[in-house]
Amino acid sequence: MLGLNKKDTSLLMFVVALSLFAPIILNIFPKDSGFAFFNGGYPDLMQRFAIFGIFAIGFNILFGLTGYLSFGHAAFLGVGSYAAVWMFKLLNYNILPALILSVVVAGLVSVVIGWISLRRSGIYFSILTLAFAQMMYAIAYSDLFGRWMGITLTNGETGLQIYNNDPQILLGNGPTSPHLFGLEMGARKVLSIGPWEFVFPVGYYLCAILLILSFYLSIRIFRSPFGLMLRAIKSNQTRMSYTGLNSKPYTLAAFVISGMYAGLAGGLLAAMDPLAGAERMYWTESGAVVIMTILGGVGTLIGPILGAGTIKYMENIISKMNEKLLHDWFSFLPESLEYAMVWLASWFTGEGWHMTQGVLFMLVIIFLPGGLVQGGQKLASRFRRNKADDTATNATPAE
Amino acid sequence: MGILEVKNVNKRFGGLQALGDVNLSVKENSCHAIIGPNGAGKSTLLNCFVGKLIPDTGSVMFDGQSVLGRTPYEINQMGISRVFQTPEIFGDLTVLENMLIACFAKRDGAFRMHAVENMHNERDIVEKAEHMLEEMGMIDQKDDHSASMSRGNKRRLEIAMCLSQDPRLLLLDEPTAGMARADTNNTIDLLKQIKDERDITIAIIEHDMHVVFSLADRITVLAQGTPLVEDDPENIKGNPKVREAYLGEAA
Ligand SMILES: Nc1ncnc2c1ncn2[C@@H]1O[C@H](COP(=O)(O)OP(=O)(O)OP(=O)(O)O)[C@@H](O)[C@H]1O
Ligand SMILES: [Mg+2]
Repeated sequence: MLGLNKKDTSLLMFVVALSLFAPIILNIFPKDSGFAFFNGGYPDLMQRFAIFGIFAIGFNILFGLTGYLSFGHAAFLGVGSYAAVWMFKLLNYNILPALILSVVVAGLVSVVIGWISLRRSGIYFSILTLAFAQMMYAIAYSDLFGRWMGITLTNGETGLQIYNNDPQILLGNGPTSPHLFGLEMGARKVLSIGPWEFVFPVGYYLCAILLILSFYLSIRIFRSPFGLMLRAIKSNQTRMSYTGLNSKPYTLAAFVISGMYAGLAGGLLAAMDPLAGAERMYWTESGAVVIMTILGGVGTLIGPILGAGTIKYMENIISKMNEKLLHDWFSFLPESLEYAMVWLASWFTGEGWHMTQGVLFMLVIIFLPGGLVQGGQKLASRFRRNKADDTATNATPAE
Repeated sequence: MGILEVKNVNKRFGGLQALGDVNLSVKENSCHAIIGPNGAGKSTLLNCFVGKLIPDTGSVMFDGQSVLGRTPYEINQMGISRVFQTPEIFGDLTVLENMLIACFAKRDGAFRMHAVENMHNERDIVEKAEHMLEEMGMIDQKDDHSASMSRGNKRRLEIAMCLSQDPRLLLLDEPTAGMARADTNNTIDLLKQIKDERDITIAIIEHDMHVVFSLADRITVLAQGTPLVEDDPENIKGNPKVREAYLGEAA
């Protein structure tokens, strides 16, 4: 279907189902139950799942296929956000022109950065992309270009926002928050079924649709002759050039495509919350997408989505576990033990969520170098083997 | 006029004169062997043909056009394919995928943006690749991971990739080095077959005299970066100068 083979189609359908039912799956615990804390089905988090899913899918096209590890992809995320906010400031809150400009500007910037950085490979390439991203962070943070041109371009450390005196030439009587031809991103429908409560936000569904499209495009790229060339680059560049292929435009194309994915993600962040700040370009953000991709399974189709989801879930849920909550949870224990457990757990919760992330990352790298996808495959094959054993043992007595 | 004309090529590495005034002419549709002791400059010479090295002076003309200053992929697109001393293949990919890449490079050139095209619609390429594998007797291994094959099979795959591009000149750098006797004989048979069935010129560097005398129509002996003699195989065998510079030294 859609030019995909059977396996890829079912993978796509899995992602479609996951995206459509995320508001239900993520709010599986009744609202007043003790586990409600683990519900992730609120608009802000769900949007982040989808947006960073897109970011990681794009990153994987570069890193997963060609093996070129960029440490500066947050620059494109930031550029996308700035471009979108500028569209809001100049035209109106319609997200369509904003997203288009985000992708275009991120694409242009990635042509320049890619052109220069791809003169080197391996660690030197990584360092060049990191240097570019940090440079752009510094420029945005001090609004260097803006000051130089005598205007406000990034609005420095305050961040770019929308003010009442912005031109917004198409605004008229239209909505005063991001919308798609009148459909406001902040709108939502709340569905209460008994003790359960599910939220269906418009903004999330827009992000989810774009996630599905991005994922579909990435499958097509993976399976295309172009994708084959990208894997050839990762495998053996010597053989590649002596086979008559110029690897540079292939790598640059992959770099730009992944930059445009990042730009789209950045534009969506602004579409959900019309602000853009330099911190979005900071190197830790670039590092985060590397971690998401590796955690999920680099070079696999669905890995980046799983990685992005896992990291964003931990970042938002584990970081909210405070000491009071921990005391509640461990209150069934004798007091001394309760305090010991809270002390131990507080290392890994709240501010300590980075510890949890680090430990998880290490465990995955050591035991599952193929990421969560490999973990899933191992489980599946064990399950299948057990089933095969069952049928085998069932078959013997019949003889 | 040969298909490959090498004139007064010099190459220095620091103080070392790796190639000194090399003149060489490879006749079209012949098999020309370049032999010589270790360090004679054979690989260096070959590297000058494919864009890996640029000679300090001299010219290298392929079919009337200079190859100097061109990149390896441009030279390949001109019709020169190269097989390496240690097989260079796409080890992470399957045997069929290796072949597909070579076929795409032949049809589409050095770069083509075919990012959403579907492999199913590339029937002609897939058929060509599979046909080549069949001809090479490797069709049963088409879905194998190419890195896990034996050295002989890797070499076979590398040659298959080169041949699928219908090169006019095939360069082979010690194609049987490090191979078991059986693999060597298979490779000789394969190369003989290629030579007989195709309009192709072969230039081969080889240490193994058995291989050289089985294949070569013409032999150039290189010693210390300079061609010592160029002659037909029968005359090379008996040439005292060659015995002294090469065969004698090897014994
Ligand atoms: N890139 C290089 N830099 C410096 N010296 C080099 C380089 N390449 C080759 N040489 C030197 O040039 C000389 C010729 O080397 P070359 O590899 O061409 O020999 P060869 O005839 O292929 O030998 P072999 O039979 O061992 O493969 C050797 O002395 C080698 O050390
Ligand atoms: Mg050599």
